[in-house]
Amino acid sequence: MSPAIRTEALGKSFTLHLQGGTRIPVLSGVDLAVEPGECVALAGPSGAGKSTLMRCLYGNYGAGSGRILLRHRGAELDLASADARLMREVRRETLGYVSQFLRVIPRVPTLDIVAEPLVARGMPREAARARAAALLTRLNLPSALHALPPATFSGGEQQRVNLARGFAPGYPVLLLDEPTASLDAANRAVVLGLIEAAKAQGTAIIGIFHDTEIRDRVADRLFEVHPEQAFA
Amino acid sequence: MMETPLLEAHGLGLRFGTIPALDGVSLEIWPGEVVAIVGESGSGKTTLLRVLSGLLRPDAGSVAYRGPDGATHSVHDMGEAALRRLMRSDWGFVHQNPRDGLRMGVSAGGNVGERLMAVGARHYGGIRAEATEWLRRVEIDPARIDDTPQQFSGGMQQRLQIARTLVTRPRLVFMDEPTGGLDVSVQARLLDLIRELVADLGLAVLLVTHDIAAARLLAHRLLVMRQGRVVEQGLTDRVLDDPQHEYTQLLVASVLAA
Repeated sequence: MSPAIRTEALGKSFTLHLQGGTRIPVLSGVDLAVEPGECVALAGPSGAGKSTLMRCLYGNYGAGSGRILLRHRGAELDLASADARLMREVRRETLGYVSQFLRVIPRVPTLDIVAEPLVARGMPREAARARAAALLTRLNLPSALHALPPATFSGGEQQRVNLARGFAPGYPVLLLDEPTASLDAANRAVVLGLIEAAKAQGTAIIGIFHDTEIRDRVADRLFEVHPEQAFA
Repeated sequence: MMETPLLEAHGLGLRFGTIPALDGVSLEIWPGEVVAIVGESGSGKTTLLRVLSGLLRPDAGSVAYRGPDGATHSVHDMGEAALRRLMRSDWGFVHQNPRDGLRMGVSAGGNVGERLMAVGARHYGGIRAEATEWLRRVEIDPARIDDTPQQFSGGMQQRLQIARTLVTRPRLVFMDEPTGGLDVSVQARLLDLIRELVADLGLAVLLVTHDIAAARLLAHRLLVMRQGRVVEQGLTDRVLDDPQHEYTQLLVASVLAA
Protein backbone atom coordinates (compact mmCIF):
# COMPACT_ATOMS: atom_id res chain seq x y z
CA MET A 1 0.00 0.00 0.00
CA SER A 2 1.36 3.43 -0.82
CA PRO A 3 0.44 6.39 1.39
CA ALA A 4 -2.66 8.44 0.61
CA ILE A 5 -0.73 11.51 1.70
CA ARG A 6 2.85 12.07 2.75
CA THR A 7 5.19 14.95 3.35
CA GLU A 8 8.90 15.17 2.61
CA ALA A 9 10.94 17.59 4.69
CA LEU A 10 8.00 19.96 4.95
CA GLY A 11 8.93 23.31 6.44
CA LYS A 12 6.98 26.47 7.17
CA SER A 13 7.87 29.84 8.58
CA PHE A 14 6.09 33.17 8.63
CA THR A 15 7.67 36.49 7.77
CA LEU A 16 5.85 39.40 9.38
CA HIS A 17 6.57 42.39 7.18
CA LEU A 18 4.55 44.69 9.42
CA GLN A 19 6.76 43.74 12.38
CA GLY A 20 10.02 44.69 10.75
CA GLY A 21 10.32 41.45 8.82
CA THR A 22 10.39 39.20 11.88
CA ARG A 23 10.66 35.60 10.78
CA ILE A 24 8.84 32.95 12.82
CA PRO A 25 9.87 29.41 12.02
CA VAL A 26 7.12 26.90 12.84
CA LEU A 27 7.79 23.64 11.05
CA SER A 28 10.90 22.07 9.61
CA GLY A 29 11.76 18.66 8.25
CA VAL A 30 8.30 17.15 8.75
CA ASP A 31 8.11 13.65 7.27
CA LEU A 32 4.65 12.22 7.75
CA ALA A 33 2.99 9.43 5.79
CA VAL A 34 -0.56 8.18 6.20
CA GLU A 35 -1.96 5.07 4.54
CA PRO A 36 -5.54 4.66 3.36
CA GLY A 37 -7.71 3.57 6.30
CA GLU A 38 -5.17 4.81 8.81
CA CYS A 39 -5.77 7.53 11.40
CA VAL A 40 -2.78 9.49 12.66
CA ALA A 41 -3.14 11.89 15.59
CA LEU A 42 -0.83 14.88 15.71
CA ALA A 43 0.70 15.28 19.15
CA GLY A 44 2.76 17.99 20.76
CA PRO A 45 2.27 20.96 23.06
CA SER A 46 0.22 24.01 22.17
CA GLY A 47 2.17 26.14 19.73
CA ALA A 48 4.12 23.19 18.38
CA GLY A 49 2.62 23.76 14.94
CA LYS A 50 -0.06 21.08 14.73
CA SER A 51 -2.68 23.41 13.27
CA THR A 52 -0.08 25.00 10.99
CA LEU A 53 0.78 21.54 9.66
CA MET A 54 -2.91 20.83 9.01
CA ARG A 55 -3.34 24.13 7.21
CA CYS A 56 -0.26 23.46 5.07
CA LEU A 57 -1.63 20.05 4.12
CA TYR A 58 -4.92 21.65 3.07
CA GLY A 59 -3.16 24.39 1.14
CA ASN A 60 -4.61 27.10 3.34
CA TYR A 61 -1.01 27.98 4.18
CA GLY A 62 1.60 27.73 1.48
CA ALA A 63 4.34 25.20 2.15
CA GLY A 64 7.63 26.98 2.81
CA SER A 65 9.89 24.11 1.78
CA GLY A 66 9.67 20.42 1.04
CA ARG A 67 6.86 18.50 -0.64
CA ILE A 68 3.32 17.39 0.15
CA LEU A 69 2.49 14.37 -1.95
CA LEU A 70 -1.16 13.47 -2.27
CA ARG A 71 -2.65 10.58 -4.21
CA HIS A 72 -5.15 12.30 -6.46
CA ARG A 73 -6.87 10.82 -9.54
CA GLY A 74 -4.63 7.79 -9.29
CA ALA A 75 -1.30 9.63 -9.29
CA GLU A 76 0.89 11.37 -6.75
CA LEU A 77 0.66 15.13 -6.86
CA ASP A 78 2.84 17.68 -5.07
CA LEU A 79 0.49 20.10 -3.34
CA ALA A 80 3.39 22.34 -2.38
CA SER A 81 3.63 23.45 -6.00
CA ALA A 82 -0.02 23.06 -7.09
CA ASP A 83 -1.69 26.18 -8.47
CA ALA A 84 -5.03 27.53 -7.28
CA ARG A 85 -7.13 25.71 -9.87
CA LEU A 86 -5.53 22.36 -9.17
CA MET A 87 -5.89 22.97 -5.43
CA ARG A 88 -9.63 23.58 -5.91
CA GLU A 89 -9.97 20.32 -7.80
CA VAL A 90 -8.06 18.49 -5.05
CA ARG A 91 -10.33 19.97 -2.39
CA ARG A 92 -13.42 19.06 -4.36
CA GLU A 93 -12.44 15.46 -4.99
CA THR A 94 -9.77 14.19 -2.64
CA LEU A 95 -9.00 16.31 0.38
CA GLY A 96 -11.45 17.35 3.10
CA TYR A 97 -10.84 19.53 6.13
CA VAL A 98 -12.97 20.00 9.20
CA SER A 99 -11.78 23.14 10.94
CA GLN A 100 -12.65 24.01 14.50
CA PHE A 101 -14.92 26.83 13.52
CA LEU A 102 -17.59 27.11 10.91
CA ARG A 103 -17.24 30.03 8.53
CA VAL A 104 -20.85 31.11 8.34
CA ILE A 105 -22.16 32.36 5.02
CA PRO A 106 -24.98 34.85 5.54
CA ARG A 107 -28.45 33.55 4.64
CA VAL A 108 -27.40 30.09 3.45
CA PRO A 109 -29.45 27.35 5.16
CA THR A 110 -27.63 24.67 7.13
CA LEU A 111 -28.81 21.96 4.76
CA ASP A 112 -27.25 23.70 1.76
CA ILE A 113 -23.98 24.32 3.57
CA VAL A 114 -23.67 20.57 4.08
CA ALA A 115 -24.98 19.67 0.62
CA GLU A 116 -22.72 22.13 -1.23
CA PRO A 117 -19.59 19.97 -1.49
CA LEU A 118 -21.75 17.08 -2.71
CA VAL A 119 -23.30 19.23 -5.43
CA ALA A 120 -19.83 20.45 -6.38
CA ARG A 121 -18.87 16.81 -6.94
CA GLY A 122 -21.78 16.39 -9.32
CA MET A 123 -24.49 14.92 -7.11
CA PRO A 124 -28.02 16.10 -8.02
CA ARG A 125 -29.18 18.76 -5.56
CA GLU A 126 -32.08 16.78 -4.10
CA ALA A 127 -29.95 13.70 -3.49
CA ALA A 128 -27.26 15.90 -1.92
CA ARG A 129 -29.83 17.50 0.37
CA ALA A 130 -31.17 14.11 1.38
CA ARG A 131 -27.72 12.89 2.32
CA ALA A 132 -27.01 16.14 4.15
CA ALA A 133 -30.25 15.85 6.12
CA ALA A 134 -29.51 12.25 7.10
CA LEU A 135 -26.05 13.16 8.34
CA LEU A 136 -27.27 16.21 10.28
CA THR A 137 -29.97 14.11 11.89
CA ARG A 138 -27.40 11.47 12.81
CA LEU A 139 -25.43 14.28 14.48
CA ASN A 140 -28.57 15.12 16.51
CA LEU A 141 -29.28 18.38 14.74
CA PRO A 142 -33.10 18.43 14.59
CA SER A 143 -34.64 18.88 11.15
CA ALA A 144 -36.31 22.11 12.29
CA LEU A 145 -32.83 23.68 12.21
CA HIS A 146 -31.84 22.42 8.75
CA ALA A 147 -33.58 25.28 6.95
CA LEU A 148 -31.93 27.97 9.09
CA PRO A 149 -28.55 29.58 8.49
CA PRO A 150 -26.27 28.47 11.33
CA ALA A 151 -25.19 32.01 12.29
CA THR A 152 -27.25 31.92 15.47
CA PHE A 153 -26.45 28.31 16.39
CA SER A 154 -24.44 27.38 19.50
CA GLY A 155 -20.76 26.46 19.15
CA GLY A 156 -21.58 22.76 19.43
CA GLU A 157 -24.30 22.97 16.79
CA GLN A 158 -22.02 24.85 14.40
CA GLN A 159 -19.33 22.26 14.93
CA ARG A 160 -21.76 19.51 14.00
CA VAL A 161 -22.71 21.39 10.82
CA ASN A 162 -19.01 21.58 10.01
CA LEU A 163 -18.57 17.87 10.70
CA ALA A 164 -21.53 16.93 8.50
CA ARG A 165 -20.09 19.07 5.69
CA GLY A 166 -16.67 17.45 6.07
CA PHE A 167 -17.87 13.85 6.31
CA ALA A 168 -20.66 13.96 3.71
CA PRO A 169 -18.56 13.64 0.54
CA GLY A 170 -16.37 10.74 1.72
CA TYR A 171 -13.03 12.31 0.78
CA PRO A 172 -10.13 9.83 0.47
CA VAL A 173 -8.09 12.06 2.82
CA LEU A 174 -9.67 13.91 5.73
CA LEU A 175 -8.09 16.44 8.08
CA LEU A 176 -9.82 16.90 11.44
CA ASP A 177 -8.90 19.81 13.69
CA GLU A 178 -10.39 19.13 17.14
CA PRO A 179 -13.56 17.56 15.79
CA THR A 180 -15.14 17.00 19.20
CA ALA A 181 -14.02 20.12 21.09
CA SER A 182 -17.50 21.56 21.75
CA LEU A 183 -19.54 18.35 21.79
CA ASP A 184 -21.35 16.46 24.53
CA ALA A 185 -20.85 12.75 25.17
CA ALA A 186 -23.67 11.60 22.90
CA ASN A 187 -22.38 13.59 19.95
CA ARG A 188 -18.78 12.58 20.59
CA ALA A 189 -19.97 9.01 20.23
CA VAL A 190 -21.56 9.87 16.88
CA VAL A 191 -18.32 11.45 15.66
CA LEU A 192 -16.42 8.40 16.84
CA GLY A 193 -18.73 6.27 14.70
CA LEU A 194 -18.22 8.54 11.67
CA ILE A 195 -14.45 8.36 12.00
CA GLU A 196 -14.50 4.59 12.37
CA ALA A 197 -16.79 4.18 9.37
CA ALA A 198 -14.59 6.49 7.26
CA LYS A 199 -11.48 4.50 8.21
CA ALA A 200 -13.24 1.25 7.31
CA GLN A 201 -13.93 2.73 3.88
CA GLY A 202 -10.26 3.49 3.39
CA THR A 203 -10.15 7.16 4.31
CA ALA A 204 -6.76 8.37 5.51
CA ILE A 205 -7.31 10.65 8.50
CA ILE A 206 -4.98 13.14 10.14
CA GLY A 207 -6.38 14.67 13.29
CA ILE A 208 -5.72 16.94 16.22
CA PHE A 209 -7.58 15.53 19.20
CA HIS A 210 -7.29 17.19 22.58
CA ASP A 211 -9.91 14.72 23.69
CA THR A 212 -7.55 11.87 24.61
CA GLU A 213 -10.37 9.36 25.02
CA ILE A 214 -11.46 9.89 21.40
CA ARG A 215 -7.85 9.98 20.27
CA ASP A 216 -7.03 6.65 21.87
CA ARG A 217 -10.10 5.09 20.30
CA VAL A 218 -9.52 6.23 16.71
CA ALA A 219 -5.80 6.89 16.26
CA ASP A 220 -3.60 4.06 15.01
CA ARG A 221 -0.53 6.02 16.03
CA LEU A 222 0.67 9.40 17.19
CA PHE A 223 2.86 11.74 15.18
CA GLU A 224 4.89 14.12 17.30
CA VAL A 225 5.10 17.70 16.01
CA HIS A 226 8.16 19.43 17.46
CA PRO A 227 8.15 23.12 18.17
CA GLU A 228 10.78 25.04 16.25
CA GLN A 229 13.05 27.38 18.13
CA ALA A 230 11.54 30.80 17.60
CA PHE A 231 13.73 33.67 16.37
CA ALA A 232 16.44 31.35 15.10
CA MET B 1 -13.36 19.18 -19.50
CA MET B 2 -12.18 22.76 -18.79
CA GLU B 3 -8.99 22.69 -20.80
CA THR B 4 -8.53 26.24 -21.97
CA PRO B 5 -8.91 29.66 -20.38
CA LEU B 6 -11.78 31.90 -21.43
CA LEU B 7 -9.73 35.02 -21.19
CA GLU B 8 -5.97 35.42 -21.33
CA ALA B 9 -4.09 38.65 -20.77
CA HIS B 10 -0.35 39.06 -21.25
CA GLY B 11 1.95 41.86 -20.22
CA LEU B 12 -0.67 44.59 -19.95
CA GLY B 13 0.71 48.09 -19.54
CA LEU B 14 -1.03 51.43 -19.49
CA ARG B 15 0.12 54.87 -18.35
CA PHE B 16 -2.00 57.90 -17.55
CA GLY B 17 0.58 60.63 -18.06
CA THR B 18 3.47 59.63 -15.83
CA ILE B 19 1.37 57.35 -13.64
CA PRO B 20 1.59 53.65 -14.43
CA ALA B 21 -2.02 52.43 -14.16
CA LEU B 22 -1.08 48.94 -15.29
CA ASP B 23 2.42 47.55 -15.25
CA GLY B 24 3.12 44.09 -16.63
CA VAL B 25 -0.18 42.47 -15.66
CA SER B 26 -0.91 38.96 -16.94
CA LEU B 27 -3.81 36.77 -15.95
CA GLU B 28 -6.09 33.96 -17.05
CA ILE B 29 -9.72 33.28 -16.31
CA TRP B 30 -11.01 29.75 -16.72
CA PRO B 31 -14.60 28.62 -17.22
CA GLY B 32 -16.57 28.55 -13.98
CA GLU B 33 -13.91 30.43 -12.08
CA VAL B 34 -14.55 33.46 -9.89
CA VAL B 35 -11.50 35.71 -9.75
CA ALA B 36 -11.42 38.79 -7.53
CA ILE B 37 -9.09 41.71 -7.94
CA VAL B 38 -8.55 43.52 -4.67
CA GLY B 39 -6.53 46.57 -3.76
CA GLU B 40 -6.98 50.12 -2.57
CA SER B 41 -8.41 52.96 -4.64
CA GLY B 42 -5.97 53.90 -7.36
CA SER B 43 -4.30 50.48 -7.40
CA GLY B 44 -5.39 49.99 -11.01
CA LYS B 45 -8.02 47.36 -10.43
CA THR B 46 -10.87 49.14 -12.22
CA THR B 47 -8.51 50.11 -15.04
CA LEU B 48 -7.59 46.44 -15.39
CA LEU B 49 -11.28 45.49 -15.58
CA ARG B 50 -11.86 48.10 -18.28
CA VAL B 51 -8.87 46.92 -20.30
CA LEU B 52 -9.82 43.24 -20.00
CA SER B 53 -13.37 43.94 -21.12
CA GLY B 54 -12.24 45.98 -24.10
CA LEU B 55 -13.44 49.36 -22.81
CA LEU B 56 -9.89 50.70 -22.65
CA ARG B 57 -6.97 49.99 -24.95
CA PRO B 58 -3.66 49.19 -23.25
CA ASP B 59 -0.31 50.71 -24.30
CA ALA B 60 1.25 47.28 -24.16
CA GLY B 61 0.18 43.67 -24.01
CA SER B 62 -2.81 41.76 -25.30
CA VAL B 63 -6.11 40.25 -24.20
CA ALA B 64 -7.47 37.17 -25.94
CA TYR B 65 -10.96 35.75 -25.56
CA ARG B 66 -11.92 32.24 -26.54
CA GLY B 67 -15.46 32.14 -27.89
CA PRO B 68 -17.93 29.25 -27.62
CA ASP B 69 -16.75 28.11 -31.05
CA GLY B 70 -13.25 27.58 -29.62
CA ALA B 71 -11.73 30.34 -31.74
CA THR B 72 -9.52 32.93 -30.05
CA HIS B 73 -10.18 36.63 -30.60
CA SER B 74 -8.02 39.58 -29.66
CA VAL B 75 -10.32 41.76 -27.59
CA HIS B 76 -8.71 45.00 -28.75
CA ASP B 77 -8.58 44.08 -32.44
CA MET B 78 -12.06 42.68 -32.93
CA GLY B 79 -13.72 46.00 -33.69
CA GLU B 80 -16.48 47.86 -31.92
CA ALA B 81 -19.39 46.01 -33.49
CA ALA B 82 -17.99 42.61 -32.56
CA LEU B 83 -17.22 43.79 -29.05
CA ARG B 84 -20.75 45.15 -28.65
CA ARG B 85 -22.11 41.82 -29.86
CA LEU B 86 -19.96 40.03 -27.31
CA MET B 87 -21.14 42.35 -24.55
CA ARG B 88 -24.77 41.60 -25.43
CA SER B 89 -24.47 37.85 -25.46
CA ASP B 90 -21.45 35.97 -24.24
CA TRP B 91 -20.27 38.59 -21.76
CA GLY B 92 -21.98 40.57 -19.07
CA PHE B 93 -21.02 43.69 -17.18
CA VAL B 94 -22.37 44.58 -13.73
CA HIS B 95 -21.58 48.20 -12.92
CA GLN B 96 -21.15 49.64 -9.46
CA ASN B 97 -23.86 52.15 -10.19
CA PRO B 98 -26.98 50.35 -11.48
CA ARG B 99 -27.82 53.48 -13.50
CA ASP B 100 -24.87 52.64 -15.75
CA GLY B 101 -26.24 49.17 -16.49
CA LEU B 102 -29.99 49.76 -16.56
CA ARG B 103 -32.33 51.81 -18.68
CA MET B 104 -33.96 53.84 -15.99
CA GLY B 105 -37.03 54.85 -17.97
CA VAL B 106 -37.85 51.32 -19.14
CA SER B 107 -39.87 48.85 -17.04
CA ALA B 108 -38.13 46.16 -15.01
CA GLY B 109 -39.50 43.52 -17.36
CA GLY B 110 -38.33 45.56 -20.34
CA ASN B 111 -34.82 45.85 -18.91
CA VAL B 112 -34.55 42.08 -18.69
CA GLY B 113 -36.43 41.37 -21.91
CA GLU B 114 -34.36 43.79 -23.93
CA ARG B 115 -31.22 41.68 -23.44
CA LEU B 116 -33.12 38.60 -24.54
CA MET B 117 -34.36 40.36 -27.66
CA ALA B 118 -30.81 41.47 -28.41
CA VAL B 119 -29.82 37.83 -28.75
CA GLY B 120 -32.79 37.01 -30.94
CA ALA B 121 -35.79 36.24 -28.71
CA ARG B 122 -38.96 37.43 -30.46
CA HIS B 123 -41.92 35.77 -28.75
CA TYR B 124 -43.47 38.37 -26.42
CA GLY B 125 -45.12 35.87 -24.07
CA GLY B 126 -41.91 33.86 -23.77
CA ILE B 127 -39.83 36.96 -23.08
CA ARG B 128 -42.24 38.18 -20.42
CA ALA B 129 -42.34 34.75 -18.78
CA GLU B 130 -38.56 34.59 -18.70
CA ALA B 131 -38.32 38.14 -17.34
CA THR B 132 -40.82 37.21 -14.60
CA GLU B 133 -38.79 34.16 -13.72
CA TRP B 134 -35.62 36.24 -13.49
CA LEU B 135 -37.24 38.86 -11.28
CA ARG B 136 -38.23 36.04 -8.95
CA ARG B 137 -34.69 34.66 -9.02
CA VAL B 138 -33.23 37.98 -7.94
CA GLU B 139 -35.96 38.34 -5.30
CA ILE B 140 -37.94 41.14 -6.90
CA ASP B 141 -41.71 40.72 -6.59
CA PRO B 142 -42.89 39.86 -10.14
CA ALA B 143 -45.90 42.13 -9.48
CA ARG B 144 -43.46 44.99 -10.06
CA ILE B 145 -42.54 43.89 -13.56
CA ASP B 146 -44.09 47.00 -15.10
CA ASP B 147 -42.48 49.46 -12.65
CA THR B 148 -39.40 51.34 -13.76
CA PRO B 149 -36.08 51.08 -11.89
CA GLN B 150 -36.55 54.69 -10.75
CA GLN B 151 -39.21 53.36 -8.38
CA PHE B 152 -36.81 50.76 -6.92
CA SER B 153 -34.43 50.96 -3.96
CA GLY B 154 -30.67 50.83 -4.61
CA GLY B 155 -30.50 47.16 -3.66
CA MET B 156 -33.40 46.28 -5.95
CA GLN B 157 -31.85 48.23 -8.81
CA GLN B 158 -28.64 46.28 -8.36
CA ARG B 159 -30.52 42.98 -8.33
CA LEU B 160 -32.36 44.03 -11.48
CA GLN B 161 -29.06 44.84 -13.15
CA ILE B 162 -27.87 41.35 -12.28
CA ALA B 163 -31.03 39.80 -13.75
CA ARG B 164 -30.60 41.87 -16.92
CA THR B 165 -26.98 40.77 -17.19
CA LEU B 166 -27.46 37.07 -16.50
CA VAL B 167 -30.64 36.43 -18.47
CA THR B 168 -28.67 35.68 -21.64
CA ARG B 169 -26.50 33.17 -19.76
CA PRO B 170 -23.19 34.88 -20.45
CA ARG B 171 -20.06 32.79 -19.99
CA LEU B 172 -18.02 35.61 -18.51
CA VAL B 173 -19.26 38.41 -16.29
CA PHE B 174 -17.28 41.48 -15.26
CA MET B 175 -18.36 43.03 -11.97
CA ASP B 176 -17.10 46.40 -10.76
CA GLU B 177 -17.73 46.85 -7.02
CA PRO B 178 -21.23 45.36 -7.35
CA THR B 179 -22.04 45.97 -3.67
CA GLY B 180 -20.39 49.38 -3.62
CA GLY B 181 -23.01 51.92 -2.63
CA LEU B 182 -25.30 49.63 -0.66
CA ASP B 183 -26.18 49.24 3.04
CA VAL B 184 -24.43 46.36 4.77
CA SER B 185 -27.59 44.25 5.17
CA VAL B 186 -28.43 44.79 1.51
CA GLN B 187 -24.85 43.89 0.57
CA ALA B 188 -25.08 40.54 2.34
CA ARG B 189 -28.24 39.63 0.46
CA LEU B 190 -26.74 40.67 -2.86
CA LEU B 191 -23.50 38.79 -2.24
CA ASP B 192 -25.39 35.64 -1.39
CA LEU B 193 -27.52 36.03 -4.49
CA ILE B 194 -24.44 36.48 -6.69
CA ARG B 195 -22.75 33.50 -5.02
CA GLU B 196 -25.75 31.27 -5.67
CA LEU B 197 -26.34 32.35 -9.27
CA VAL B 198 -22.68 32.06 -10.17
CA ALA B 199 -22.53 28.52 -8.79
CA ASP B 200 -25.82 27.46 -10.41
CA LEU B 201 -24.99 28.86 -13.83
CA GLY B 202 -21.29 27.92 -13.73
CA LEU B 203 -20.30 31.45 -14.70
CA ALA B 204 -16.79 32.79 -14.89
CA VAL B 205 -16.62 36.09 -13.05
CA LEU B 206 -14.00 38.77 -12.83
CA LEU B 207 -14.85 40.81 -9.77
CA VAL B 208 -13.24 44.07 -8.76
CA THR B 209 -13.74 44.96 -5.12
CA HIS B 210 -12.07 46.65 -2.20
CA ASP B 211 -14.21 44.55 0.15
CA ILE B 212 -12.01 41.71 1.37
CA ALA B 213 -14.92 39.91 3.02
CA ALA B 214 -16.87 39.94 -0.24
CA ALA B 215 -13.83 38.60 -2.07
CA ARG B 216 -13.46 35.78 0.49
CA LEU B 217 -17.09 34.85 0.11
CA LEU B 218 -17.27 34.89 -3.68
CA ALA B 219 -13.87 34.32 -5.19
CA HIS B 220 -12.00 31.11 -5.85
CA ARG B 221 -8.87 33.02 -6.68
CA LEU B 222 -7.55 36.41 -5.68
CA LEU B 223 -5.23 38.95 -7.28
CA VAL B 224 -3.86 41.72 -5.11
CA MET B 225 -3.02 44.91 -6.98
CA ARG B 226 -0.93 47.83 -5.96
CA GLN B 227 0.31 50.71 -8.10
CA GLY B 228 -0.69 48.97 -11.29
CA ARG B 229 1.02 45.68 -10.50
CA VAL B 230 -0.24 42.32 -9.29
CA VAL B 231 1.81 41.91 -6.11
CA GLU B 232 0.35 38.57 -5.05
CA GLN B 233 -2.15 36.03 -6.33
CA GLY B 234 -3.47 32.58 -5.58
CA LEU B 235 -6.16 30.58 -3.83
CA THR B 236 -8.41 33.06 -2.00
CA ASP B 237 -8.13 31.57 1.47
CA ARG B 238 -4.37 31.18 1.17
CA VAL B 239 -3.75 34.76 0.05
CA LEU B 240 -5.90 36.03 2.94
CA ASP B 241 -4.71 33.61 5.65
CA ASP B 242 -1.05 33.33 4.67
CA PRO B 243 -0.28 36.57 2.84
CA GLN B 244 3.31 36.79 1.61
CA HIS B 245 3.66 40.30 0.28
CA GLU B 246 4.03 43.21 2.66
CA TYR B 247 1.13 45.05 1.06
CA THR B 248 -1.21 42.03 1.29
CA GLN B 249 -0.30 41.65 4.95
CA LEU B 250 -1.22 45.27 5.51
CA LEU B 251 -4.48 44.87 3.59
CA VAL B 252 -5.51 41.78 5.57
CA ALA B 253 -4.45 43.31 8.89
CA SER B 254 -6.58 46.38 8.15
CA VAL B 255 -9.85 44.45 7.87
CA LEU B 256 -12.14 44.77 10.85
CA ALA B 257 -13.30 41.38 12.08
CA ALA B 258 -17.04 41.38 12.77
